Amino acid sequence: MSTESAPRRYVTLDGNEAAASIAFRTNEVIAIYPITPASPMGELSDAWAARGMRNIWGTIPEVIEMQSEAGAAGTVHGALQTGALTTTFTASQGLLLMIPNMFKIAGELTPAVFHIAARTLATHALSIFGDHSDVMSVRSTGWAMLASASVQEVHDLALVSQSATLETRVPFLHFFDGFRTSHEVAKIEELSDDDIREMVSLDAVLEHRMRRLDPDAPVLRGTAQNSDVFFQAREACNLYYEVVPDKVQAAMDRFADLVGRQYHLFDYVGAPDAETVIVLMGSGVGAAEEAVNKLVAEGRKVGMIKVRLYRPFASGAFVAALPPTVRTVVALDRTKEPGAVGEPLYTDVVAAIVEETHDDRTTWAVMPRVLGGRYGLSSKEFTPAMVKAVFDTAETDDAPREFTIGIVDDVTNLSLEWDPDWAAEPDGVKAVFFGLGADGTVGANKNSVKIVGENTDQYAQGHFVYDSRKSGAVTISHLRFAAQEIQSTYLITDADFVACHNFGFLEKMDVLGVARSGATFLLNSPYGADEVWDKIPREVQEQIVSKQLDFYIVDGHGVAEKAGLGGRINTVLQTCFFYLSGILPRDEAIAAIKKAIEKSYARFGESVLERNYAAVDGAIEAIHKVEIPAGASSDIEMRAVVPPAAPDFVKRVTAMMLEGKGDLLPVSALPVDGTFPTATTQYELRSIAREIPIFDADICIQCAKCTIVCPHAAIRMKAFPKELAADAPESMQLLNFRSKELEEHVMTIQVAPDDCTGCGVCVNVCPAKSKEAVKHKAINMEPKEDHLEVERANWDFFKTIPEPDRTLININNVKGSQLLDPLFEFSGACSGCGETPYIKLLTQLFGDRIMVANATGCSSIYGGNLPTTPYAVNAEGRGPTWANSLFEDNAEFGLGMRLALDQELEAARVLVAALSDQIGEDLATALLEADQSDQAGVDAQRGHVAELVGKLKTIDDPRARRLEAISGTLVRKSVWIVGGDGWAYDIGFGGVDHAMASGKNINILVLDTEVYSNTGGQASKSTPRGAVAKFAASGKTNAKKDLGQIAMAYENVYVAQIAMGANNIQTVKAFQEAEAFDGPSLILAYSTCIAHGIDMETSMEHQKDLVSSGYWPLYRYDPRVTLEGKHAFHLDSRKPTLAFAEVAKSEGRFAMLMRSAPETAERLFAMAQEDIDERWNLYEQFEDIERTITDEEARVEDPQS
Amino acid sequence: MSVDLSTSYLGLKLANPVMASSSPLTGSVDTLKQLEEAGTSAVVLPSLFEEQIEHEAMEAHRLVEYGAESFAEALGGYFPELDSYNTGPQLYLDQVREAKAALSIPVIASLNGTTRGGWVRYAKRMEEAGADALELNVYLIPTDPYATSLDVERRYLDLLTAVVETVDIPVAIKLGPYFSSLAHVARKFVEAGAAGLVLFNRFYQPDIDLEDLRVIPNLQLSTSSELRLPLRWLAILHGKLRADMAVTGGVHTSDDVLKSLLVGADAVMMASALLQEGPYHAAQVIAGLTAWLEEHEYDSVEQMKGSMSMASAPNPDGFIRSNYMRVLASYTSPVP
Repeated sequence: MSTESAPRRYVTLDGNEAAASIAFRTNEVIAIYPITPASPMGELSDAWAARGMRNIWGTIPEVIEMQSEAGAAGTVHGALQTGALTTTFTASQGLLLMIPNMFKIAGELTPAVFHIAARTLATHALSIFGDHSDVMSVRSTGWAMLASASVQEVHDLALVSQSATLETRVPFLHFFDGFRTSHEVAKIEELSDDDIREMVSLDAVLEHRMRRLDPDAPVLRGTAQNSDVFFQAREACNLYYEVVPDKVQAAMDRFADLVGRQYHLFDYVGAPDAETVIVLMGSGVGAAEEAVNKLVAEGRKVGMIKVRLYRPFASGAFVAALPPTVRTVVALDRTKEPGAVGEPLYTDVVAAIVEETHDDRTTWAVMPRVLGGRYGLSSKEFTPAMVKAVFDTAETDDAPREFTIGIVDDVTNLSLEWDPDWAAEPDGVKAVFFGLGADGTVGANKNSVKIVGENTDQYAQGHFVYDSRKSGAVTISHLRFAAQEIQSTYLITDADFVACHNFGFLEKMDVLGVARSGATFLLNSPYGADEVWDKIPREVQEQIVSKQLDFYIVDGHGVAEKAGLGGRINTVLQTCFFYLSGILPRDEAIAAIKKAIEKSYARFGESVLERNYAAVDGAIEAIHKVEIPAGASSDIEMRAVVPPAAPDFVKRVTAMMLEGKGDLLPVSALPVDGTFPTATTQYELRSIAREIPIFDADICIQCAKCTIVCPHAAIRMKAFPKELAADAPESMQLLNFRSKELEEHVMTIQVAPDDCTGCGVCVNVCPAKSKEAVKHKAINMEPKEDHLEVERANWDFFKTIPEPDRTLININNVKGSQLLDPLFEFSGACSGCGETPYIKLLTQLFGDRIMVANATGCSSIYGGNLPTTPYAVNAEGRGPTWANSLFEDNAEFGLGMRLALDQELEAARVLVAALSDQIGEDLATALLEADQSDQAGVDAQRGHVAELVGKLKTIDDPRARRLEAISGTLVRKSVWIVGGDGWAYDIGFGGVDHAMASGKNINILVLDTEVYSNTGGQASKSTPRGAVAKFAASGKTNAKKDLGQIAMAYENVYVAQIAMGANNIQTVKAFQEAEAFDGPSLILAYSTCIAHGIDMETSMEHQKDLVSSGYWPLYRYDPRVTLEGKHAFHLDSRKPTLAFAEVAKSEGRFAMLMRSAPETAERLFAMAQEDIDERWNLYEQFEDIERTITDEEARVEDPQS
Repeated sequence: MSVDLSTSYLGLKLANPVMASSSPLTGSVDTLKQLEEAGTSAVVLPSLFEEQIEHEAMEAHRLVEYGAESFAEALGGYFPELDSYNTGPQLYLDQVREAKAALSIPVIASLNGTTRGGWVRYAKRMEEAGADALELNVYLIPTDPYATSLDVERRYLDLLTAVVETVDIPVAIKLGPYFSSLAHVARKFVEAGAAGLVLFNRFYQPDIDLEDLRVIPNLQLSTSSELRLPLRWLAILHGKLRADMAVTGGVHTSDDVLKSLLVGADAVMMASALLQEGPYHAAQVIAGLTAWLEEHEYDSVEQMKGSMSMASAPNPDGFIRSNYMRVLASYTSPVP
């Protein structure tokens, strides 16, 4: 059947958009919450709704961001019960949070589709990448599950799911592999609105509406039932599930009639007489199909089954899809279920074969044996070569029942070996690009895929590999172009074209490893064709010669600069790619690029277009071919990954990950329980800055502002006795340290040249200016290459300088605090990050005795994402110990730490008292009555504990053994619960609230960027009125939540609102007071973020201005002082002097609205000013409020004691 | 007897010589209407700055792509994608259209470009949007010690020629006083097609913040004393060039208007005084002008225009001798 509508278009998009396109057009209510890799589906829906796009029912869907996935599921449930067509998108932990509602929605036979970009569940570690552990965890909810294996299938089966759910009343989970499919850009045929209308039964929609809750025809749903009827009622739905497979197949058949693509519940591919058949679902299908096709062509009797409808599992259809000749079936699961007989798909396959054989519904002579294998966890590569290895093994008589493929398991020896050189990929052009995160390489490549996809008959595919760091990130783009549909769902290893967009990469990574013999190599080079050869490492030269590469260079930055595009080299290099690769005739390619530029950039303005056109024209003239000498001759060698002095684990394991060879690490190399050493960023030496701060001692006023604001702990201050200075390199600039406490000391400011990211925040805040030339300060950004050697030597010496005795200096001020070693250094946070200076300060002040509970988000990524860890240790080996539980439960997680510490402390005290005769009365008293309110007290207690441990060794008493294990808790520990505003204001607010109410001694540090930073800038309840954010594309209309005020309502919580850039003294004070407060503390720390649309170098100025405008008043609320009869609330910032609108102009998040919707901006900014005025007025009144707070002794007393 | 206040500027018939110069007051329809009610005979809209448009376009572009496609959890960047960022001249052109629709007096659009392409493109758009005339606000600080005065003049001329060739509406050029040979340059501009000259552009002058030791942009409003400079040059140029001339910078009172007319201005433009006193100050100035003309029995503005230009003044040397000599002379004997 064909409709009269316009012919379908071919479009190039990714899996998320393919799903969202159908979901948006078929639904009326969409409740969303950001989670990787599903966030783009919500973002697209929000953006489409903001633009006024309509669904097939003629309305603009209501898109609402909720406070968590649990909230989204609840809202979906409510909307469904009220008759709206409703959907949501999620993945991983988000899906787990939806489980309770999913049981309800299914139990009430409610039609709905959730679209899932399947992602790994956090176990021993979090992973944002793809596997089926999330969707497999919800298979008992009663939802049908339909799996898509490619971008086209995502689009098609999203519609089939929507159709089938309405026909069956059974809710559907439509899933596809996170990143591999959700983020793969591919050319697909787009379904029209008419197609959708054909597939969605209007009668079924009306029936859904008629079942809605309606006071005009009231019913009751969600009853509580007892043992008399629950069971029977639960069985009442069976008939609905029985018909699901047939109805899904009917929908697939209808779809085939309409569109031409035929799907089945189980699709078989392979030899009709296959004896070995693998079964799998999701993106692995593509790689498997290539392998099967090649093996069959070679005469092998193999085949495969693609599982589409996984739940309800249609045993009959499954067995019917198998050829009668089958002798071995291999179920491949992309998940792990420790302790089970086998993984879910395996057990389903076994059960189906046994049942069908038993019931005599099969055609085979002998029931086939079934093997089960695991593959592809967390997006681990899955290639045709691996599929071949599975077949090779499965064809042997002694094939293992359980195996893994894709890793080397040298512990339980479950892994199969494979031949990485075996390939099954059909012909086509393959290209790999190495880019720097900020240079636009990925965007340009997505564009190239679109250009080829939309201008030619060729198929095109783009897949992108990203870094785990947020600054200096490397991106690798894998592009395929071919005459036939592309099924290759794995990375390219034999590229026809390799482009390196950053010259510096050549020394750091094996760029040409992916080049096939005779490939074209394009290098973005500041050096000309006649000089470049001597500038590249010998290893690279060797590959160019041995692989006989065609080597071209272009000065991308030069061309871009000339065209007025600054550092954006994407257009230049994209042009070069088309010019050299010959994918399109050159003239056509240039015209197509310009057309694409117009499409992408016209909305920004004509000048952007013109500059990009100029870059296209300039690029072609700038391409030069390099003559290749007969052999390698370079003196330059690739850099060692980690220094020789690195610890064994770093050299053995971390270095492999840093090199991009983590895939090769065997099981035995990795910890069994996810426990890793800290203090490893120091070995990474990323050297990503182009300019670094250089100290000029003559001008320095020793204020330490530069070091306190450094987001990367890359600029540091130390004071040390003059006699130590004798060993300092001559190049180190020293000056007499101005201090009452440390006499005869010198000081210096030193950059860690290979760890600095070049953000410039330190230089921006430096207040000391030269009298002769005002722009010259006490530190200045200068080209790194000019100073690298000298500063490396200085830094090496600097590292040997010991920290001054903490008891001799006042660490309660900025200068004192900055003499202390940071135990958080060189994280992969964004260059200029506004969060990390607070964490660094925390570790300087108390790092040797803190436990950090970290909510998932930016701070858990730069804090805990492998390969390296910024949390460090001091000379005694002490340092922060860190853990991340989840996003939503961080406050509870930290509270648990506190409870355990308190218990252990109490137990230790009991044991000390009990053993006092044996350890000595004096020591016992000292231990039990230690005053640890200051550094000296803590140090003294450490001495007592050391003495205790020595004595315990000599005591033969089981109590001594118990005390030995927990004696460390006698030294004061503090628990810091750290996370962003998404956690504290939204998803984790319930826990934050409860932890504050507990009265326990915990410290909550909220790094408030006013937006979900980690997932790309979605609005949170901390987002201010008038700011543009994702999910608030037309400006957030309601005011920011005042979390501090909520906390102050608990009279016994210490609350501080701080902004380092506005007042760093207050910041230090707040940390000290919060830590000292024997009860719950909350610090709201204003954190600048790239999501604010500011130049991060001026981070601290923005904080200052925002405080001056009253937007972010600084205050401290200290319940302790009420006991002295004082007022608890103290405003630390002055009356506003700047208008909000003035400050707003300087931040992109606000300025964008002034441009895109000037009238809305004016209205919202006026309201934002009223918010500020009103709050300031309120806070001024707070200063005079007297509270009578329960006596401190009573307040901190443990109710149990 | 009523005085005929009408005049003509750039071929536009004006009810009186008092126009509102480019300022924040001419940036909104509400204040534009007030200016018209107060009797101003034409309005010059605030300048469209090409540089600003380009900057905003590039910034919007940068903002949307900043941080995008580099970190796997935030690939779409940190801001929502919008269909349009309104970075182009659209808002300005809308302003021109709205002003035209709301007012019956002539509306002059003002343009400050940086590139030849920009001048031509935006001038054309302003004409299409309905502007009655264009004022080119050329803001050029030559800092290169190797650039000759000829080079600088050539740049002005290139831009002016390009715009004049592009549009059919009259074009005026607003120039600064810092030319080696102002009269010569003025003649060149007129020959290149300028229908009017506006004397003079008040450049934004930088200031120094002593606390932060930073250069800060600072705009100070004009005072009547600044009128002296344009008065002199109008007197010199009047009658020598076939172009209309307007005075801007220092016109605060009806006396200032009268002086300007006497030396040869076809019209005056007011900004600072209107900003200080409000749009309706224009009505007082016009009333003062009328009263003076009546008191001194002039029939019309036309009658007095240029009656004290260098060619017609009883003591023309006053315009070309420096104050120093004039002051010194007053103590001795009249200069012959």
